[in-house]
Amino acid sequence: MRVVSWLYLTLAYAFIFLPVAVLVAFSFQDGRLPVPPFQGVSLRWYEKVLADDDLMVALGNSLLVAIGSSAVALLLGFLAAHALARVRLPGSVLLRGVLIAPMTVSYLIIALGLLSLFNAMGVKPSLWATGIGHVVINLPLCFAICFAAMGDHQKSAERAARDLGAPEWKVLLLISAPMLAAPLAAAFFLSVTFSWDEFIIAFLLTRFDVTLPVEIWSMLRSGLSPATNAVGSLVFLVSVTLVILLEILVFRRTK
Amino acid sequence: MTASVSVRAVTRRFGAALALNDVSLEITAGEFVVLLGPSGCGKTTLLNIIGGFAEPTSGTVLIGGRDMAGVAPAARPTTTVFQDYALFPHMTLAENVGFGLRMRGMARAQRRDRAEAMLELVGLSGKGDRRPHELSGGQRQRVALARALAVEPDVLLLDEPLGALDLKLRRAMQDELKAIQRRVGTTFVHVTHDQEEAMAIADRIVVMNAGRIEDVGPPRAVYASPRSLFTAGFMGEINRIEVSAGQSPLGRLVPGDGVLCIRPEAISPDGPLRLGPCRVEDAAFFGAYLRVHVRPLVAPDLRLVAHLPPGAAPEAGTVLDLGAAAHVLLKG
Repeated sequence: MRVVSWLYLTLAYAFIFLPVAVLVAFSFQDGRLPVPPFQGVSLRWYEKVLADDDLMVALGNSLLVAIGSSAVALLLGFLAAHALARVRLPGSVLLRGVLIAPMTVSYLIIALGLLSLFNAMGVKPSLWATGIGHVVINLPLCFAICFAAMGDHQKSAERAARDLGAPEWKVLLLISAPMLAAPLAAAFFLSVTFSWDEFIIAFLLTRFDVTLPVEIWSMLRSGLSPATNAVGSLVFLVSVTLVILLEILVFRRTK
Repeated sequence: MTASVSVRAVTRRFGAALALNDVSLEITAGEFVVLLGPSGCGKTTLLNIIGGFAEPTSGTVLIGGRDMAGVAPAARPTTTVFQDYALFPHMTLAENVGFGLRMRGMARAQRRDRAEAMLELVGLSGKGDRRPHELSGGQRQRVALARALAVEPDVLLLDEPLGALDLKLRRAMQDELKAIQRRVGTTFVHVTHDQEEAMAIADRIVVMNAGRIEDVGPPRAVYASPRSLFTAGFMGEINRIEVSAGQSPLGRLVPGDGVLCIRPEAISPDGPLRLGPCRVEDAAFFGAYLRVHVRPLVAPDLRLVAHLPPGAAPEAGTVLDLGAAAHVLLKG
């Protein structure tokens, strides 16, 4: 039985990680095509990728959009969660539902909706438009994480702070936010990861300045190359780093 | 740093429910007042109304003669010690205690000194750099007290502050609370459902029931000569004997109508109000006294409780001639 369990575990992980492993392996391919046979180890594709200005600009754009849109989504999500957790509003269940609803809508639909909305408003596709799109997809996530984290513990601390003379914005800044530091950081890092990987919205809502996934897609159109693997590996590395940071900074500390 | 509180004809409704029903109360500056009652009696609602966390449906609250209508908790000369302490877990003790001063714009160094002085007052001297999670329940309660007192409120409101502590610690903290109140001279309004706690610390006890004040007075008066049957029963165990036109099941004891209330410790063989011969049903040793159930021979349906000196050890079935040293006749 034990052998079977281990075998199952190994297969499950292989299923999940084999594609990534292949991608990373062939990014070191010392040849023109990222397909077997493996012709030896070389870093020249990484060299090429890192020297590619378009790619590096796209990478910068991606970081900018990811961090900016996540910060906005977190701020809005936190404020909404705080309000709905603290104040008894008529129809608060409905309000909560409507806030979380975008999570269930496919990114493609959101992207199409935003595209036609922006067209109608005369807003040109840009990183700003993409950033707004990413706020739309990440706000429900940030809201849900913050809302779930708010408990009576914070509520009474906030009450005490108000009693001691703190105005509302100081209550939020000095009491609520620091007490929720771990879930806030979790929400932020998760949205950065989602925004970093996001393709459809970025593809439809950018034109000249593009994000990294869009740049990779245009690289792919000119055919397979180990350079694409190298970029993919770099993107994967960033995502993994974010998740590990999240694990170390947030979840370890709360134990 | 002390002020009087006057609650005038305050009523508070929650939907159809009446949490406070025309409550009036005068608290003098520097007094230690305990609001006592069972849960749901409106004592916490009254405290919240004084603290500004709830507004009265009608009536007024004056603190130091100033009308508090529409004044937010932060702007009132009150601070509150909450039952769950409500400390700020991400701040050190000194930062917790100094928070109110920080909100009042006091400089950091000054704040630090004042916080240390307050921690010393509550017996946590030199622990300013610790964090709340490193403390025991009793210590956290002290920090909450220091934090609330640091801003020198005129009135300190305490919402069941000892409710989460175990009995022994609670009794120790009571004495300390009283001593601190004597030292700072602030008006304390303390909410509890524990009548022993109330008697131990209060200058005056306000007994509340079903949104009304049942009784007000010093602990001794409220215990010994309660104004209502509810107070009599809530302050401690009591024997009730129905009296109608001077007639009771035990014969003519007192003139009038109502319920004759006798505390168990008032019953002894030589009390002046004679209850007559009673048969002992059972007796249990409680250390400081012997708790005895007796039935009067003339009214065997009536079961009385008496606390006799621990030396006496009557067997079940023994007949004792008992009397009451103190009694009060209340309207039923």
